Amino acid sequence: MRIHRRTLLALALATGLTAPAMAVAQAEDIKIGVLATFEGAFTVLGEDGERGALTALDEVGGMAAGNKIVVVRGSSDASPDSAIRAARKLVEQDGVKILVGPLSGDEGIAVKDYAKTQPGVTFINGSSAAQDTTLRDPAENFFRFSTDGAQWMAGLGTYAYNEKGYKNVAVVAEDYSFPYTQVFGFMAEFCKAGGKVPSKSWVPIGNKDYSSVIAAIPDDVDAVYVALGGADAVNFLTQFQQSGGEAPLIGGSITVDQTVLTSKGRLRDVLIGTPAAGPTADTNDTPEWNAFVEAYKKQEGAFPSPSLFAHAYYIGMKAALLALEETGGKLDDDGANFRKVLSSLSFETPTGKVSLDKNRNAIADIYLTEVTEGPDGNLLNKLIKVVPQVNQTLGIDEAEFLALGAVSRENPSCP
Amino acid sequence: MNADVTQNPATPARNLLARIGTGHLVLAALLLAYPLVSSDFFLTQIGGYSLIFGMLALSLSLLAGYGGMVSLAQISFAGVAGYTVAIFGENNSNILGFGWPWWLVMPLALFFAATSSALIGWVSVRTEGIYTIMITLAVATAAFYFVRQNYTLFNGFPGYTGLRAPIVFGVNFRDPVPFYYMCLVAATLSYAAVLYAARSTFGLTLQAIRDNPRRMRAIGFDVTAHKVVAWFYAGLIAGLAGVLLVWFNGRISPGTINVAAAINVLIIAVIGGLKHPIGPFVGAVMVVLMQTFAIDIVGAERFNTLIGVFFLAIVFFSPDGILGLWGQLRQRLAQEDLRSRQ
Amino acid sequence: MSIADAPKTPPGSAPGSPGTGITRRQVWGLFWLVLAALFIWLVFADWPDWVKNILLSKKAFLSACLNGLTLAGLYFLVASGFTLVFGLMRNVNLAHGSLYLLGAYIGYEIADRTGYWLLGVLGAFLILSVVGLLMQVVVFRRLEGDDLRQTLVTIGISIIAADLMLAVWTGGTYQILIPDWLAGAIKLPIVTAVRSNGSIVLLSYPFFRLVVLALAIVIGIGLWLMLNKTRVGMMIRAGVDDREMLSASGTNVHLIFAVVFAIGAGLAGLAGVIGGSALSVAPGEDVRYLLASLVVVIVGGMGSITGAAIGALIIGLAEQIGLVYFPTYGVVLTFVIMVVTLAIRPQGIMGKSQ
Repeated sequence: MRIHRRTLLALALATGLTAPAMAVAQAEDIKIGVLATFEGAFTVLGEDGERGALTALDEVGGMAAGNKIVVVRGSSDASPDSAIRAARKLVEQDGVKILVGPLSGDEGIAVKDYAKTQPGVTFINGSSAAQDTTLRDPAENFFRFSTDGAQWMAGLGTYAYNEKGYKNVAVVAEDYSFPYTQVFGFMAEFCKAGGKVPSKSWVPIGNKDYSSVIAAIPDDVDAVYVALGGADAVNFLTQFQQSGGEAPLIGGSITVDQTVLTSKGRLRDVLIGTPAAGPTADTNDTPEWNAFVEAYKKQEGAFPSPSLFAHAYYIGMKAALLALEETGGKLDDDGANFRKVLSSLSFETPTGKVSLDKNRNAIADIYLTEVTEGPDGNLLNKLIKVVPQVNQTLGIDEAEFLALGAVSRENPSCP
Repeated sequence: MNADVTQNPATPARNLLARIGTGHLVLAALLLAYPLVSSDFFLTQIGGYSLIFGMLALSLSLLAGYGGMVSLAQISFAGVAGYTVAIFGENNSNILGFGWPWWLVMPLALFFAATSSALIGWVSVRTEGIYTIMITLAVATAAFYFVRQNYTLFNGFPGYTGLRAPIVFGVNFRDPVPFYYMCLVAATLSYAAVLYAARSTFGLTLQAIRDNPRRMRAIGFDVTAHKVVAWFYAGLIAGLAGVLLVWFNGRISPGTINVAAAINVLIIAVIGGLKHPIGPFVGAVMVVLMQTFAIDIVGAERFNTLIGVFFLAIVFFSPDGILGLWGQLRQRLAQEDLRSRQ
Repeated sequence: MSIADAPKTPPGSAPGSPGTGITRRQVWGLFWLVLAALFIWLVFADWPDWVKNILLSKKAFLSACLNGLTLAGLYFLVASGFTLVFGLMRNVNLAHGSLYLLGAYIGYEIADRTGYWLLGVLGAFLILSVVGLLMQVVVFRRLEGDDLRQTLVTIGISIIAADLMLAVWTGGTYQILIPDWLAGAIKLPIVTAVRSNGSIVLLSYPFFRLVVLALAIVIGIGLWLMLNKTRVGMMIRAGVDDREMLSASGTNVHLIFAVVFAIGAGLAGLAGVIGGSALSVAPGEDVRYLLASLVVVIVGGMGSITGAAIGALIIGLAEQIGLVYFPTYGVVLTFVIMVVTLAIRPQGIMGKSQ
C-alpha cells in the first residue's frame, strides 16, 4: 500500500517534470522572443518596451517575407539572473531563433554572455545601454541598434561649457553602472572642453532622503549634473527645491524623461530650462517621428508619448523585421545569413539613420534637449539640436577611447 | 501508520534495502532515469535548478524543522560560497579571479559559507526564538548592500560573470546531463546527511532543545553549542548549493542574493513542508515550475500574488506544507481502507 | 524594565565599586557631558579650517544632523507600532512595511481628491487602524500561540499586498503635496558662514521636516502617557510582562491585542502619509521601512517605546551622517550597529533580559 502510493507521487512528479512544450508553432511561423521586465517595479517600463516592439510588428502587418511573426514573451524582474533564466526559456524551451531584449544595463551584459553559448540564435538588444555589452568582449551574435548610455550624452558636455558657460559642475548620480556610463559620456566632453568637476556624489539606488547630499554640494559650483532615475530623481528634485537650491541643473537621459516630468509635485520650478540629451526628444517635429508616435499610440495602454524603452525596442524589432524580409524569412542556416544582413543593415528610423559599427553597436543621431513648459502646461523636452551619427567611441579614436578605461566611480576624473 | 505496521511484520534482519526504504529506491531510480526522457531545458532549468533551490531550502528547513530557528540568510551563505568561487576561481570580469583549481576552490567555498553561517548563528542564538527571523533578514539585507557597494572584492553592482563549472576527467560539467547528475549527487548527499543527522544523538538533542531549551540547559547540555553546530551544517549545505548556483547561472551579482531571493527560499521550504527533508525538494519543484511557466498560463504580471496566495493557503491550511497534505490524504485513505475491510 | 519606564541604572553600571575614587557611572556622565559640549561648540562656533577639512562644511554637517533627527522621527512612528505588537503578542509582523506603504497610498488618494492634506493623514490613520484590527481578528486570532505561523502569514500578506499595490498604483512615484502653510524653508538661528562683507548666513531648513520631528515627539509622549497613565496602558504593560498572568486575571486579552494592533497599524499608516509628504511614495518602500523598523527595534530593544525612540535616533543619525561622509558604505552602517548591539547586548539597549 505504502509503496504503491509513494510510487504514484514519484510518477506524478516525474511526469510533471517532463511535460513537453505544448506550444508548437506552424511550420511557416517565425517566433521572435521579446524579453522585458513584466514583473517587479519596472513592469510599466517593460510593457512600454513591448508596445514599441509591437508597433514595429504592426507596421508590417505582423508578417515578414510572407511568414507570420509570432511574439513569445519572456519576463525578467530587471535582475541579470532572471533575465538569463527568461532568455534560456525563450531559446531552449520555446525555440525562438531571434530574441529582442533585455531592458536594463546589467541584464544586457548577462544576456550577451549567454549569447556566446547559443551561436545559432540571434540576440538583438532591447533598451539596455551599458557600454561593455558591445564595447569590450562582445558576442558575435549580439546586436545593438539602440545606443549606449555614454552615447546618449553626446553634445551635452560641450553645450554646458560653451553655450551655458558652466565651468565648475558637481555630479550627483546613482551608484551603479548605468549612471557611471552617463557621467562618463558627459565628462568626456565637458572635461575636454576645459570644465572641472570638483565633487561627485554617488548615492546608493533607492535612497530617499537627498537633503543631506544636497547640503554637501559645494556652494561655488555653476551647475549640478544629476543622473538619477524614476523615484530617485523625483526625490532629489523635490528636496532640491525644498531646500532652496539655486544652482541650475543638467540632466541625465532618464532624469528628465516623461516618468519624472509627469510626476506631481513642486519640481517644475527647478526643472524648467534643464539641458539634457538622449536618443529621443518630445518636440521632435519630423514627419517620421510624428508617424511613429501615432502608430505607437494605437497600442493598448500607450503613454501620450513613447518612452525611451518603446523607442529602443521598436528599433530593435524593426531591424529584425527588415533583415527577415531581406533574407526571405530563412533562418535554416542557424541564422548565419540573417546575421550577415543585420550587420550591414542601415535604415531610416523615426530618429534618423541607424547603422552598426564593427562591434555591432549602433551609430545614430542623439538629441540635445531642454525642459520647457508645453502649451497645455505639461513639461516637455524641447529639441535644441541634433548631434548627428554618434558612434560608440564618441568620435574619439578607438584605441584612445579604450585607453580611457572602463567606467567606474573614479573614471573619468577632472577635479 | 498503524496499517503499515500490520503489513510489515517485524523482521529481525533489517537489511540495507529495508533501511533505505523502498520509496527512496523508486524515487532514486526515477531521478536517475530522468535525463532519458527530458529535454536539456527540463534537465537543467527545471531539474537542476529545483535541486539547487531544494538544497537551499533544505538548509533552512534543517534549522527551522529540527532547531526551531527560521533563517532568512541561507541565500547569503550560498552567496558567500558563490563569491568565493568567483574570486578564487576563474572569472571574466577582469577583477581578482586567482584561477585556483576547482578541488581547491570548492572546499574553500564550503568552509567560508559554513563558518559565516556559524558566526551569524552564534550571534542570533544569543536571542530567543522569533528574533532569529528578524536578525537573519537584516543580515541578508546587509550582505546584499555590502556586495553591491564594494568593488574591490565583490565587483559591486555588476558582480562576476564567466563562472564555469569545471571539466573533470574529460567530463564537462557545463553540459546538461553531467550538470544534472552533479546536482543530483549533491542534493542526495545533503538529503541523506540531514536524514542521518536527524536520527543521530546530535539531531535528537537538537530537537529536544527546540522543544524545551530551558530543560535541556538544566540537564547540562550546551544549548548554544548545539545550535551553532546546526548552523554550521546548514551553512555547508547552503554553500554547496551556492557553488552549484553560480555554475548554473555562470554568474553572480548582488541580485542573486537580494531579499526577494531570501524570501523565495523560505517560500519553497514552507510550501514543501518543514517536517521532513524531502519537503524542500517537493516545494522547489513546485515553485520552479510555477515560476517558469506562469508567463504562458496566467501572465507574469501578477505572479507574486499567485505565489503569495498559494503560500498563505499552505500556512493556513496545511502547516506541514505539501507533505502535510499528502500525510492527511494518506491517513484518510488508510481509514477508508480499514473501513472497507470491516 | 518594561515598556516605557526609564532605566534605574544605566546599562553596564556595576553597583558601585567602593574604594576607587570615581564610579563607572561618573565616567559615563563625564563622557556624555564632554560630547554634549563638543556638539554645542560645533553648532554655534565659527568653524576653524581644520574642522572644515574633516567635516566638509558646517552647513553639510548640521543638515545631516537635522535630517538624521527628522528621519529618526519618521522611523520612530513606524517602529513604535511594530515594537508594541511584538512586545505584547510575540508576533513579528513582517507586513508592517506594507501597512506603511498602504497608508501612504491611501493618504495620497484622499489628499489628492479632497485637497485637504490633514484629511489624508487622518484618513490613513483610521483606515489602517481598521485594517490592523481586521488582521488581528481574522488572521492572528486564528493562529494564536503559534508564533512561527503568525510570522509566516505576515510574509505571505506582505508579498500579496506589495503585488496588489503595484497593480493599483503601478511602479510610478507619488508625492503627497503638503499645504502651503507647511511648505517652504525657514531660517534657523544658527550661523553657518560669515560673508566677507560681515553679513552672516543662517542655516535654512525645510519647515515641514521640523513639523515631522515635532509630531514624532508629540506622538511619542502621547504613547508614553497612554501606557503609563491609563488603565488600558497598564493592561498593555502587564501583558508585555506576562501575558498568561494578565489573561488569568480576567482581563479581555483579545480586546487589548486588538487595540494595540489597531494603534500600531494606524501609526504605520500615519507615518506613511508623513513619509510620503516629506519624501515620496514608490514600490519597495514597504521593505525599506520594514527593515528600518527591524533594525530600530533590535537596537532599541523589543517591546519598549523608549527603546524604539533611542533606536530610531541612532539609526536615523547614522544613516544621514553615513550618506554624507562615507556614502559607499553608509547603507551598511546601520546593520553594523545592529550586529554590534546584538553581540554586546542581545536584548537591545532598553530590552529586558530574558
